[in-house]
Amino acid sequence: MRRLPPVAITAMVFVVGFALCTVQFPNFASTRVAANLLTDNAFLGIVAAGMTFVIISGGIDLSVGSVIGFTTVFVALAIERLGLPPLVAFAAILLLCAAFGAAMGAVIHVFDMPPFIVTLAGMFLARGASFLMSTESTPISAPLYSTVSDFAVRPPGGGRLTAIALIMLAVVAAGAVLLHFTRFGANVYALGGSRTTTALMGIPVGSMTVRIYMLSSVLAGLAGIVFSFYTAAGYSLSAVGVELDSIAAVVIGGTLLTGGQGSVVGTLLGVLIQGLIQTYINFDGTLSSWWTKIVTGILLFAFIALQQAMLGIARRAGPRKAGVHKS
Amino acid sequence: MNAISDPGPALLEVRGLSKSFGTLRALQEVDFTLRAGEIHALLGENGAGKSTLIKAVTGVFPRDAGIVRLGGVEVAPRSAKAAVDAGIATVYQEVNLLLNLSVAQNLYLGRQPTRFGLVREAEMRRCAAALLAEFDLHIDVAEPLGNYSVAVQHITAIARAVDQSAQVLILDEPTASLDRHEVEILFAVMRKLAQRGIGVIFVTHFLDQVYEICDRITVLRNGRLIGERTTAELPRIELIRMMLGRELAETTSERTAAHARQVGEICARFEDYGKAGYVAPFNLALRRGEVVGLAGLLGSGRTETARLVFGAERADSGSATVDGKPVRLQSPRDAVAHGFGYCPEERKTEGIIADLTVRENIVLALQAKRGLAKPLSRSEQEGIAMRFIGLLDIRPPEPERPIGLLSGGNQQKVLLARWLATAPRLLVLDEPTRGIDVGAHAEIIRLIRDLCDDGLALLVISSELDEIVTYSDRVVVLRDRAHVDELEGDAIDISNILAAIAVAGSAGAEAGQP
Ligand SMILES: Nc1ncnc2c1ncn2[C@@H]1O[C@H](COP(=O)(O)OP(=O)(O)OP(=O)(O)O)[C@@H](O)[C@H]1O
Ligand SMILES: [Mg+2]
Repeated sequence: MRRLPPVAITAMVFVVGFALCTVQFPNFASTRVAANLLTDNAFLGIVAAGMTFVIISGGIDLSVGSVIGFTTVFVALAIERLGLPPLVAFAAILLLCAAFGAAMGAVIHVFDMPPFIVTLAGMFLARGASFLMSTESTPISAPLYSTVSDFAVRPPGGGRLTAIALIMLAVVAAGAVLLHFTRFGANVYALGGSRTTTALMGIPVGSMTVRIYMLSSVLAGLAGIVFSFYTAAGYSLSAVGVELDSIAAVVIGGTLLTGGQGSVVGTLLGVLIQGLIQTYINFDGTLSSWWTKIVTGILLFAFIALQQAMLGIARRAGPRKAGVHKS
Repeated sequence: MNAISDPGPALLEVRGLSKSFGTLRALQEVDFTLRAGEIHALLGENGAGKSTLIKAVTGVFPRDAGIVRLGGVEVAPRSAKAAVDAGIATVYQEVNLLLNLSVAQNLYLGRQPTRFGLVREAEMRRCAAALLAEFDLHIDVAEPLGNYSVAVQHITAIARAVDQSAQVLILDEPTASLDRHEVEILFAVMRKLAQRGIGVIFVTHFLDQVYEICDRITVLRNGRLIGERTTAELPRIELIRMMLGRELAETTSERTAAHARQVGEICARFEDYGKAGYVAPFNLALRRGEVVGLAGLLGSGRTETARLVFGAERADSGSATVDGKPVRLQSPRDAVAHGFGYCPEERKTEGIIADLTVRENIVLALQAKRGLAKPLSRSEQEGIAMRFIGLLDIRPPEPERPIGLLSGGNQQKVLLARWLATAPRLLVLDEPTRGIDVGAHAEIIRLIRDLCDDGLALLVISSELDEIVTYSDRVVVLRDRAHVDELEGDAIDISNILAAIAVAGSAGAEAGQP
């Protein structure tokens, strides 16, 4: 009598949603729509994968949206103003992001500060820094950018699986392996269960915290690079509020906001559900795109209520499985 | 010191260790010596400093002064991990496990078998199952640990530490939630480790267990070393005197004249009350001023009965009446509204709110009962807190101290106080004396009697049969999740209870004889 895991519910919501859209718009079920769904949400999928680790470990990272914005501006200026080769610019920004994440993780651990506050500070810092560099949108015209945007795997049916969609899928796959099949992943869950207990069990909690926020910031940087491919520009106001979208995706994906449970694949589904709503609105043509936010909000409520209910049930049933002694 | 038994070479030496928390001097120049291959009891009252000593040695707390030598080499671990790496494995009093992870992950966290950086899940599960089999525990190790009972969780923690103990194994009250059979298995494992030359430090408040398994005893009192003796040369009376610094006021293992008191009318009655697959339907009537004991093995349905009575679990058959009126107990709220109180077994995980002060923890249930519209004034709260701090001898007697900073036994006393403060008409106590020292144990039993003289009805679950025999007016015996027998008056004694538990070749036979 096993209960349905939350991620199965998310998958069902996605499938039902997709089916409903198909009923209303017969040409919805095509590889084109599916591929666009992945491309349009590639950057969100990447940050949300990182956010999944942070939330499972019992933390939160509010800085990711600003880090994406910062990254796009940094990359655009490095390539266009300084004339750096794009790959060098990418390496530089990823290192910078790693240092930024590590610093946030270290502050959280060493000063025992709430992640909410520390990453909120990080959010203002990164956004402020990107305004300092440039306040206007800088188009990027490096040849690499057009090569990448021309590249696509073409499944039958007119879809274009773009490079950035592939990067996102690769990140999600790697994230899932890291989370479920490595010691690092087990430690992430452990931290979300209880920090003190994890420390007493001999896990280096400090270095884990540093590495988790580092991972989140690096993935935010990667998402920023992907975002710059997507828009072919760097703009300090890009990706405002993305931290909240990605938190929503993580929660809709079945990860407990209090930590200790969740999955990267669920998060991908959470991202795709948000994308699905947006696509529906585009197909409809008359609805305001703010409906995405409203429906996402309703879904969030529903999922959090569901999790609370399931936790409540689990608590009522209690840890009542006695061990079986066979003597 | 005394050459009665061959004192092996010193394995772990603690010299002059001191530790203060602010102005509170938890440890003052404590010496402690553990020899290879011995099982060494570390004893003392609640708050004596046993857990603090363990944490200071294993690097969880930094120490203020003193040195620790392991195998002659000075060590100063700065974290639990460093201690494990040095060869000291510990089960801390607040059992350190993660309920959201699988049993196997809990056993191998941080040291999972890997190949190419990936955890070998199947291999890990196989090892986990084999490790638990040594403890006679056969469960699905892929399930989350939180799905299992406290006893299973405790064994898992012990198994992890045993598996990691290279030189020293420290167990801080490991037997507090184990039943007799599990304790025997644990002792067998401890003996095996000792034979291999590992030194075992064992903290407990069960003096029987000390005399059963320990070679040597070190006693602490108020953060100071009182002495180290071999078990064989230390009579129990003398040991208690060392622990308390005084004689135990009253022997508690006799049924006393208190039972002559008048038992009042029935205040709560349960008929054919039960829940399929949980507890078989039972009849239970509780009278004012009466103590009813629930006896049986772990998993026999004692706690389950208590949860049904308190509405924490919904009955699917039978009826309940309070003062002759039929009532529905759908939730703990209903039960509290009818004047029931319940002090659960899993106090450590379910009961305490670590950041609140002792005072706040004590008035919590009372305030909830009165409702938010009728707040208790600060001075009322203080009065209540001070009364129970005095009554239960909660130490240190500071109502404004966060409860998380109290010793384990004192935290339990606070939780007991929380329910006593609500002045319930029916109070259910699940293992009220677990983790509480001999001195306080006697106090609590006395308190239980006084409460009954005031007309309270009590339902008490305890694994310690002599304790049940001491204070119960009636004893209900459970086996295999059913009420199988009821003893009254002079029929209440240990051998009758054991006989009822072990009746006719059932699974209960493993109770063994005392
Ligand atoms: N983290 C802490 N901060 C402040 N005081 C503490 C802390 N931990 C323990 N104490 C205090 O130190 C003293 C010793 O506590 P300790 O936990 O070592 O007792 P114990 O001997 O293990 O008792 P028990 O048998 O109840 O577990 C107590 O007075 C306790 O209140
Ligand atoms: Mg202790």
